[in-house]
Amino acid sequence: MRDITKERFQDGKPLLRRYHQARWDEPIIFELSSKDERGILLPEVEKGIRDKVGDVLDALPEGMRRERPPALPEISQPQVLRHYVRLSQQTLGADFNIDVGQGTCTMKYSPKVHEDLARSPHAACLHPYQPDETVQGVLEIMYSFEQILKEVSGMDRFSMQPGAGSAAIYASASIIRKYHEMRGEGDTRDEIITTSFSHPSDAACAKVAGYNIVTLPPDKDGYPDFEALEAAISERTAGLLMTNPEDTGIFNPDIKDFVDLAHENGALCFYDQANANGILGITRSREAGFDLCHFNLHKTFSTPHGCGGPAAGALGVTEELAQFLPTPVVACEDGIYRLDYDRPNSIGKVGAFHGSAGCVIRAYAWAMSLGADGMKTAAEVAVLNNNYFLKKVLEIPGASAPYASGKYRIEQVRYSWEELTKDTGVHSEELGVRAADYGVHYWTSHHPFVIPEPMTLEPTESYTRAELDEYVEILRAVAQEARDNPDKIKKGPYNCPIHQVNHDEFDDPNKWAITWRAYQKKKDK
Amino acid sequence: MCTPRPKLGLIVNPVAGLGGAVGLKGSDGVDTQEKALALGAVPLSPARATRALERLAKIKDLFDLFTCGGRMGLEATRSAGLAATVITDPGDVTTADDTRNAAQAMAGQGVDLLLFAGGDGTARNIYDAVGDSISVLGIPTGVKIYSGAYAVSPAAAGELAADFLQGKTKETHDAEVMDIDEASLRQGRVSAQLYGYLRIPRRRRLTQGVKASSDAGEAVAAAVAAADVVHKMKAGRYYVIGPGTTTRAVMSELKLEGTLIGVDVVRDGRLEARDVGERQILDLVTGQDASIVVTVIGGQGYLFGRGNQQISARVIREVGRENIIVVATRAKLNSLRWRPLLVDTGDDEVDAVLSGYIRVVTGHDEQAVCKVGGLEV
Repeated sequence: MRDITKERFQDGKPLLRRYHQARWDEPIIFELSSKDERGILLPEVEKGIRDKVGDVLDALPEGMRRERPPALPEISQPQVLRHYVRLSQQTLGADFNIDVGQGTCTMKYSPKVHEDLARSPHAACLHPYQPDETVQGVLEIMYSFEQILKEVSGMDRFSMQPGAGSAAIYASASIIRKYHEMRGEGDTRDEIITTSFSHPSDAACAKVAGYNIVTLPPDKDGYPDFEALEAAISERTAGLLMTNPEDTGIFNPDIKDFVDLAHENGALCFYDQANANGILGITRSREAGFDLCHFNLHKTFSTPHGCGGPAAGALGVTEELAQFLPTPVVACEDGIYRLDYDRPNSIGKVGAFHGSAGCVIRAYAWAMSLGADGMKTAAEVAVLNNNYFLKKVLEIPGASAPYASGKYRIEQVRYSWEELTKDTGVHSEELGVRAADYGVHYWTSHHPFVIPEPMTLEPTESYTRAELDEYVEILRAVAQEARDNPDKIKKGPYNCPIHQVNHDEFDDPNKWAITWRAYQKKKDK
Repeated sequence: MCTPRPKLGLIVNPVAGLGGAVGLKGSDGVDTQEKALALGAVPLSPARATRALERLAKIKDLFDLFTCGGRMGLEATRSAGLAATVITDPGDVTTADDTRNAAQAMAGQGVDLLLFAGGDGTARNIYDAVGDSISVLGIPTGVKIYSGAYAVSPAAAGELAADFLQGKTKETHDAEVMDIDEASLRQGRVSAQLYGYLRIPRRRRLTQGVKASSDAGEAVAAAVAAADVVHKMKAGRYYVIGPGTTTRAVMSELKLEGTLIGVDVVRDGRLEARDVGERQILDLVTGQDASIVVTVIGGQGYLFGRGNQQISARVIREVGRENIIVVATRAKLNSLRWRPLLVDTGDDEVDAVLSGYIRVVTGHDEQAVCKVGGLEV
């Protein structure tokens, strides 16, 4: 009989997987459409009801009626099911790959039981226009989760309304503006300072909010340059928006000095906590003096990442700034919860209603299942995993971790393959694409790259040592292949449904097609 | 339809890099080369060129190779297992003239890409011969590499050339040709000039999902930063516009025909003087409201003293530090790894005044704070 273990292990060590992804050559769902094919046939309105109300559509105002049916695919239920299951087999989903390569995204296990809670009819069938007294349960969850976030951050009030980290940053910039306006300095304080390794949203969202953006450089060790802040800060500074640890995984221990200097100059400080996974229960933004902070519930608090949503950027502020938070906020009086809309100084809305209740339910479930000690342990394990990983990755010839040499990192590391590229001509993205042939991938960095040939890895608490070892072995194999057979890498991936993509079409507005309709318009150009 | 096979040209400066290992700070001139050889220098340039060519061996049936005889190309070509048509044969002792003549011959041959192995002097020779009329790419083998026309390594040059010949990379961008006068350098003085711009292939980054936007927009980024500078220009004020592609974008925004490697002066949207020297700048700005608009030049990140010596210490004194506008793209600052920007005006006092931190315009209402240091270390 065949010894199947020989195909998986050698000398007790796991071999690289002979992974191969499904390829279905699946058409786009619009191409599967067949006229008058239906998934559900709605029953006729019963005679008794029809006699009573007449044509149910009569209630719709004339101006709201479609002139033509919507251009949606017409397709039956089993066709829909097969279509989407086939597509799902062509993805590299979080549920089956060692998803440590999507650095800065804090990929972690999202327990399925939390999904059940969020999708149960008790939660999923609620409507934001229901009277408060009929949705006490979900309001209580939102209120209770706010108390948890207050404890974790030291802040006084939270809003769950921002639909993403970027929305929370935008809301923060808006609050900063409102604060200065109310002090008569709205016109004179027109600059937001951020740092080069902070999340790019800190600059981008403040810019969208109308601010002039000033970026501080890293010093030679990769920390934000404090002297540059001294040079940059002035009576024009409205706020300091920064990430810590930054995307390099380097924690700035002098963060309070930055905040103090900003405060001395009349500016407010926002702590971008997109990278909070390694500091939960260990440091708090309030102790560092920040006035505002946010958490990405879809990262740190285990709510799964959708593709562009749903998400939640929970935004916390001090008592002084609470009046400016987006409207509504959840209030509680005598055990009765309600949505408070009567907030004259609020910046208004940055999202619909109270935000994504489903995200808050999942995050609340995660926090409650772990407890305070558990959350701290999660952070500690994430940091341990990352530093174990750091040591193993640096053993691969050609890999390096620029800045803060010899120091530990927090929850992620931005590595560089610069040396390997110089030796082989193979670039980081090509290594990352080739890694997909083993069922994993990695992400490089935001553009434009600061660290050359970057690779950003973030192994959270959800990964076992065996998984980290397997990932490192994949990196080692791919890096070795770059030396032995660079051409093979450049033509990869081989085991994935889509091989190489013509990138010209991403850059050309006449060619890019994000929707079916755009594709129809542009395909013959 | 049958498309013609692309043509690749190759010129190896066999003596590039000779002086480096024996401490001569360069290899310009036959005397220096002889001295280097006498000191025991071993020519490395052909071997490094071979390393680049090996990257092209895999697609050797897809292009036609043209090169020079002997050490100026054929040897390296053969070592890499490639066949080539020899279009010039300069003999054993090669000079800068041979490089220039060969480059012109390659251009005449209609090559799609000219690979050249050497250092700053070689890039300058190539520039003299072909300007920006054809696409070129440098294989770094020389001692001094201030020019931006070189790939980071021979292997990287080979891969980029392969991508370009196969049409995987189609874009090009302008790269600085800079050279330092070696004779001065040996006497402890650095005198670098910006000679012009060569057109080199630009490697496109693979798109990686929504988080990484395309970086195809470098020219757009420069235009946006330039527009910010122009929109904030004040009436009646002189603006001394230094050399470079980013400052050229300022002139484009003003719809003025400026010089790429020279200094121009504008006021109220009009070109007051073109391609001026220190004297003319001083004549215009002395006692007037004036600003200096400069960009970061070269791979080392110079603000003043390399390639824009016309904007001298005296000009800077006259205009004042607070009236210096630095404009550069984020990609440029990133490529310098945010190291301190350098100044070398030849006037220690002015260099000291310039040091510290300065704001660099990187986009519309966007600035980066950069440290300004002394000479490179």
